[in-house]
Amino acid sequence: MRAHEQFIAFRTILTREIRRFMRIWIQTLVPPAITIVLYFIIFGNLIGSRIGTMDGFDYMQFVVPGLIMMAVITNAYSNVVSSFYGAKFQRSIEEILVSPVPNYVILWGFVLGGVARGLAVGLIVTVLSLFFARLHIEHVGVTIAIVILTAILFSLAGLINAIYADSFDDISIIPTFVLTPLIYLGGVFYSIDLLPDFWAGVSKLNPVLYMVNAFRYGVLGISDINILWAFTMITGFIVAASWYSLYLLNTGKRLRS
Amino acid sequence: MTTALHISKLKKIYDDGFEALKGIDLHVQQGDFFALLGPNGAGKSTTIGIICSLVNKTAGQVEIFSYDVDTHFSEAKQQIGIVPQEFNFNNFEKVKDILTTQAGYYGMPASLAEERAEKYLKKLGIWDKRDIQSRNLSGGMKRRLMIARALVHEPRLLILDEPTAGVDIELRRSMWQFLQEINLAGTTIILTTHYLEEAENLCRNIAIIDQGLIVENTSMKNLLLTLQKETFVLDTRNSVQNDLSIDGYDVKRIDEHTLEASLEKSQNVNALFMQLSEQGIEIASMRNKTNRLEELFVALVNKQVEE
Repeated sequence: MRAHEQFIAFRTILTREIRRFMRIWIQTLVPPAITIVLYFIIFGNLIGSRIGTMDGFDYMQFVVPGLIMMAVITNAYSNVVSSFYGAKFQRSIEEILVSPVPNYVILWGFVLGGVARGLAVGLIVTVLSLFFARLHIEHVGVTIAIVILTAILFSLAGLINAIYADSFDDISIIPTFVLTPLIYLGGVFYSIDLLPDFWAGVSKLNPVLYMVNAFRYGVLGISDINILWAFTMITGFIVAASWYSLYLLNTGKRLRS
Repeated sequence: MTTALHISKLKKIYDDGFEALKGIDLHVQQGDFFALLGPNGAGKSTTIGIICSLVNKTAGQVEIFSYDVDTHFSEAKQQIGIVPQEFNFNNFEKVKDILTTQAGYYGMPASLAEERAEKYLKKLGIWDKRDIQSRNLSGGMKRRLMIARALVHEPRLLILDEPTAGVDIELRRSMWQFLQEINLAGTTIILTTHYLEEAENLCRNIAIIDQGLIVENTSMKNLLLTLQKETFVLDTRNSVQNDLSIDGYDVKRIDEHTLEASLEKSQNVNALFMQLSEQGIEIASMRNKTNRLEELFVALVNKQVEE
């Protein structure tokens, strides 16, 4: 397949992915918006007003970056896992598998589909947050870079989950038992400076902490961790997850008999 | 003549140890209409799965128009269109989107994809359904959609895995006609079917696969010539007596107006008719009891079981 044909194939997968989540917008775009508004009301307005400041910011201002990141992570992940597993379940994945599309094009087509939804939801949530908090982005480059890299990483994770999944239960286990605890314990709602030393150390093993803090650094200019280290780690995870996803696609594990 | 499909020593052992293919060889010439027949579980779908890379082979070689599926993956796949046994499109996608998306996977620009989608949806008679979700199509329309999808990139080799299963006779005939047209236009076709009449009418060459081995691979004409015995059902105008006896022929009275005659290859229908006529029996019509290919197929498969 020539380069321009590969680009057409990539664009086809990406367009189909975007068309899919736009077609079911009531399931994909509205629920995160409602959830995040509830978070803003409960944690920001009702409880947050009693907490006071955190790292020198209103609690509402402090949690907004974390909540945006939470929406990006969960939506990037769930878009790829549900779309790819849905295609496996209906066997429509065979349409791509019998075609000459190289595996890396399949990989990036699905992953960027997840990134597109993650960013779309992130944008919706950011716009909604303006009704609750003043938002001034301190480092635009860092903010954009970290949100894109995070969406890529969790889209890759969603793809790996979907390849391994044999049932719809399998695609909800990881988000419920792994992703949600990592996000909630990843510094979305608090600074790890509030934790005892031991738990602060344990928290540093959580990769989501680095993403949330790097994003918070981009927006507010504050972070619990070193930003350079955060970027290095996320990039490392992306390289590892890409390699492993490609390995799964190349060997046909769980996809070809 | 160019070889459309060349399979050599193809083996497949599944993870559970089941040996689905035991080293088969198969050749299909360009322009052929080829039947790949076999009972359920014989290895047909595994063979097709390996050709279109949905199944990983254990050993052997597959070439499509001289492109090895291992070393020239992309070129080999460009040559094939596949119509699988089961529906495998996204139920929520619109009919036309399924075709244009498939065209995109083959690197086709959007304008050409739209043009091809229109061409094949019209040819298959489902153009008026282009904007509805595929799950709302009838079974026959879904089959036609799969054929249109397989043709959208105009492959040189079209593989149809039981394309007429569950399709009514009228639609089946129109599909036969369509397949014959595209075959005459130059597309090589490999067909698997359980309707042996379909294979006999459409295909010029045939392979029969059973228990992972090719048990017959020849032209349809040659295969039918090997038929040693044929059984005919004769409908008579007048009543036939219970004690009917025809010299040298195995003729059974089924009921008052029906006879069943089994003829060896060396025997002659004219002589049988003369004897019947001498006994005052007038034949109104005559037909094969079973399809000729069916008799051979059963004989070959049974032989394999006995061995």
